[in-house]
Amino acid sequence: MEPVIPIIILALPLTMFLVLGLFGHKMKHPVAGVLGTAGMGVTMVLAYITAFTYFFSGNPEFIDADTHTRLQAIVFNVDWLAFTDSLVIRLGFLLDPISALLLVVITTISFMVHLYSNGYMRDHHGVWETGFQRFYAFLSLFSFSMLGLVVATNIFQMYIFWELVGASSYLLIGFYYTKPSAVSASKKAFIVTRFADLGFLLGILVLSFYTGTFNFTDFTSTEVAEGVYRVSEGTAEGIRAMIQNSAAPMFMGASVLTWALVLIFMGGMGKSAMMPLHIWLPDAMEGPTPVSALIHAATMVVAGVYLVARLFPLYLMEEASLNIIVVVGALTALYAAMVACTQIDIKRVLAFSTISQIAFMMVSLGVARPEFHHGLGYMAGMFHLFTHAMFKALLFLCAGALIHAIGSNDYTAMHGLRKHMPITHITFLIGCLAIAGIIPFAGFFSKDEILTATLGHSTLWYVWMSLVAGLTAFYMFRLYYLIFWWKEHKVPAGHHAPHDQPWTMTLPLVILAVVSCLAGFVPFGNLVTWNGEEMFESVSFITNLKALDWTVASVSLAVAVVAILLATVMYKKENPLPSKMKNALPALWRWCHHRFYWDELYMFITHKIIFGCISKPIAWFDRHIVDGTMDGIAYVVQRSSYAIRTLQSGNIQKYVWVYLIGALLLGAVTAVCLM
Amino acid sequence: MFSNILIYFVIIPLLMLAGFALCRNDKQIRAVAVTGSIALMALSAWLLVDYLALRKAGETAEMLYTGSWEWFGPLNICLAVGVDGVSIAMLILSSIIVFAGSFASWKIDNARHFFMWLLLLSTGVFGFFITVDLFTMFMFYEVALIPMYLLIGQWGTGRKEYSAMKLTLMLMGGSAFLMLSLIGIYYHSAPEGGQLTWNILEISQNASISKDWQYFLFPMCFVGFGVLGAMFPFHTWSPDGHACAPTAVSMLHAGVLMKLGGYGCFRVAMYLMPEAANDLAWIFLILTGVSVVYGAFSACVQTDLKYINAYSSVSHCGMVLFAILMINTTALTGAIMQMLSHGLMTALFFALIGMIYGRTHTRDIRLMGGLMKIMPFLGVGYVIAGMASLGLPGLSGFVAEMTIFVGSFEHADMFHRTFTVIACSSIVITAVYILRVVGKLLFGPVQDEHHLQLTDATWWERLSVITLIVSVAAIGCFPNFFESLIKFTFSPEIFRAIGL
Repeated sequence: MEPVIPIIILALPLTMFLVLGLFGHKMKHPVAGVLGTAGMGVTMVLAYITAFTYFFSGNPEFIDADTHTRLQAIVFNVDWLAFTDSLVIRLGFLLDPISALLLVVITTISFMVHLYSNGYMRDHHGVWETGFQRFYAFLSLFSFSMLGLVVATNIFQMYIFWELVGASSYLLIGFYYTKPSAVSASKKAFIVTRFADLGFLLGILVLSFYTGTFNFTDFTSTEVAEGVYRVSEGTAEGIRAMIQNSAAPMFMGASVLTWALVLIFMGGMGKSAMMPLHIWLPDAMEGPTPVSALIHAATMVVAGVYLVARLFPLYLMEEASLNIIVVVGALTALYAAMVACTQIDIKRVLAFSTISQIAFMMVSLGVARPEFHHGLGYMAGMFHLFTHAMFKALLFLCAGALIHAIGSNDYTAMHGLRKHMPITHITFLIGCLAIAGIIPFAGFFSKDEILTATLGHSTLWYVWMSLVAGLTAFYMFRLYYLIFWWKEHKVPAGHHAPHDQPWTMTLPLVILAVVSCLAGFVPFGNLVTWNGEEMFESVSFITNLKALDWTVASVSLAVAVVAILLATVMYKKENPLPSKMKNALPALWRWCHHRFYWDELYMFITHKIIFGCISKPIAWFDRHIVDGTMDGIAYVVQRSSYAIRTLQSGNIQKYVWVYLIGALLLGAVTAVCLM
Repeated sequence: MFSNILIYFVIIPLLMLAGFALCRNDKQIRAVAVTGSIALMALSAWLLVDYLALRKAGETAEMLYTGSWEWFGPLNICLAVGVDGVSIAMLILSSIIVFAGSFASWKIDNARHFFMWLLLLSTGVFGFFITVDLFTMFMFYEVALIPMYLLIGQWGTGRKEYSAMKLTLMLMGGSAFLMLSLIGIYYHSAPEGGQLTWNILEISQNASISKDWQYFLFPMCFVGFGVLGAMFPFHTWSPDGHACAPTAVSMLHAGVLMKLGGYGCFRVAMYLMPEAANDLAWIFLILTGVSVVYGAFSACVQTDLKYINAYSSVSHCGMVLFAILMINTTALTGAIMQMLSHGLMTALFFALIGMIYGRTHTRDIRLMGGLMKIMPFLGVGYVIAGMASLGLPGLSGFVAEMTIFVGSFEHADMFHRTFTVIACSSIVITAVYILRVVGKLLFGPVQDEHHLQLTDATWWERLSVITLIVSVAAIGCFPNFFESLIKFTFSPEIFRAIGL
């Protein structure tokens, strides 16, 4: 493939960032908005062309027609920084199933958000938010960084863009920088993910030290032609052998490869908000809602999943690392789903739901084994990443429309909005049905594949994840009923009734709703698999339906329907059931409502221990002990010079005295010696 | 003598000094300062281009543009000059900072004397980087230190006499060690009966310093330079000194003068006594490794902007010495990159702090807030400097730190690994204190109503800040250019001597 289009895909958002960042404040608001949106639109079209070419052109660079295997193609790769001859950071563009998939997801959601923000970032009277241009500049920076992350050809390129998405996320969460809560949320997000990135960095250092390379293709693939690679377990086994034969193959009871992979996964846990590094994501909702939809629901937070998927053949080499992923994912999924049932801020419910859904993807990757249906879990995880991005972005954008209309995040202020905002109502309902996993919406298919893969691995986790799926349906419909049903609030005199939004906001909702209805039918098994081999002989519109394991599907459908019915009974109309339930299990409710006190625990660790017990004593030690010693030396020198300066008084009599005594003493000593 | 381009790095500042003496008003002084610093920048840029062309043409000598003129025959003291990629990097750094510093002190009181001392300081700095004669090097080193006392004592703020005295005395203490070790090196600079020399290139070729003597001289030399490089526990002059120094002096001091320490440790201590360096590195690795996190933790609780930055310098300069002690090409390259990067970004920090202080008349972050809205240009500049400091890719800090980490990780033993991990963890602590400052200073509601009347940067301030930001971004975006400039110069001798 010619590198022109891929270069433009990366260069255009970067240019937009520079143009809007440097000259945005001189532009009129609509100009900046249109410019940013148009730039992203072009990028989206180019990304579609690239992905389409990759998947469907049948080009021998992209697919091996004999074995029906999709290949990895390096479109371009330039040296950026050479540490040694072999350890070189390159900036390149790797095209393979998952990067093509993510290109589509990122540009689609990003374009929707760019479009949507034209309406969202001004109030009902059409007055633009201050910093509107800056907002678009940051969105462009984020899109650039995220695109660079997914097309990385080597792990260090990924780390570079990984940091850049972190920084753009910081800037966007703190967009309303005069609001203290937004400032502290952005700080928290950056520092928590930075801590995780320390793990990622150490993982990279360990892995590259033993293997002498950063390139993904050197870890997982074999070269079949110039710049074209094929995923092969053999290469990953070679890496494992290389580390096993090294001087120190074990460290504290685990193999060095396991350590490296777990450390790298730690980076993924930070970005993807896995427990216990999840605490930044709910707070990140302080950012403008379109940002939450783009960064904290659909794209950046799945970077961790993407990272694991990218190195999946290596993870396969170490069963222990995959088991850790499953356990972390499963615990996070349940935890987040439980917490989501008790939150009253609409965006926080969605944030916890995001955490829980990403955990689903993690579990799915963790249970994937090549022996079971060609690594079904891998495919299911990527499938869920795709569908989740669509319906979660939809839900967030709906939430944005509601917040825009009501002026509050709290859904107790909403109630009964279905008559006033019909479009938002329908699209939100579609999103809820999709995430709850009702046939034929997108979430049903992907979640069902995940559950099938989990069942193939272990029954315990299957039951566990099904329970979480039920909880998901329950809390989403709780949210839905509380917003759109119940008795509506009276509109205060002099105010408009809430109403649907301008077309720039409505259009993305409708598009995403349509995608959420249809995305489930995409024959993913033929597009994205762990080693590129196609799963099905032939595909049609109903391939996914035919491939379903109906036992699993009917159970999960039943669970979802029961959960929705339960939510309907409890929340459709105002009734005493919810408070009864709350009073029945007060401790559980309190813990869930306070998110199991994780934030308080972190507060304690950072403020009391790190600041109070480390930083402050060190600063004191430095000023009083280290510097005190230096001052002390100066003081001693000064005092002693004061003490001896009396010897040099200028007093002649004194000098004569000293002279005489000295002479006498000397004489006496000489006399004694001579005798 | 005047056909050697390097000499002009000393001549131009001296001419500027003469020019200041002749000026009649502030306008002329500024004109001289600007012309001179542009000339210095042009000279260093030309040197860079010419140097690369010579290298491309196949020049393999260790140092280029060498020349030596006798100064005092009986002791064989010469003015010997010569540069390699490392010194060129330092020369470029110095000229950029002198340029930015001149603009940052556009409205200083008593400009004539201020600029005269400042340029005398610069003469010392440039002289230090071009010489390869230990004696002349030491002389230039002292020339760079002494004006600091006057500049802080005269134009400083706060407890300026105390700080100026402390800074000078501590650095002089370091110099005493240094002098001893340099003389020691001189007396062992040639094999029995040979001509003794101060010339670094000749000494390293002779390799005649016995291991026992190296054991004695290396620590003195390393500590002597290390004091200037803010090595724990000899760093305490730095917070007080910076806090009281005027803007341009802080910039030059943190940006360039502290680099003299790192450069000296590399060029003299490591280069002439590699065996001792290899054997004794562990002692200093512990000290510098401690510096890195210690400085960062201390910075977390400071409330004075300049103290925060001074402690952050302790942390970042600790990283420089830490990397030098790792003794491999990658880490050494990283060390030099870190010097460049730290020089530019601290200069940027101190420039911005000076500009903010000039408006708000306080440096206490508890008394300020929401400045981003009031002075967006300075605010954005501060955020960029902060991002560079915490190692955001695309700015200089990232490439320097990553090079150091990758280089340090090449040592597979437990001791080096442990300290590498400790040093790596500073990326998190750095993020904590940078974001704390940025959050308190720039974001949030405005703390003090009086600040609402303040104005944003003037054109000369903008020019100073933009120059530095562009330099930081240039290193961050095109690191391969700088790395290859530096890397080529690490002669194999230094590694051969220690069997690497």
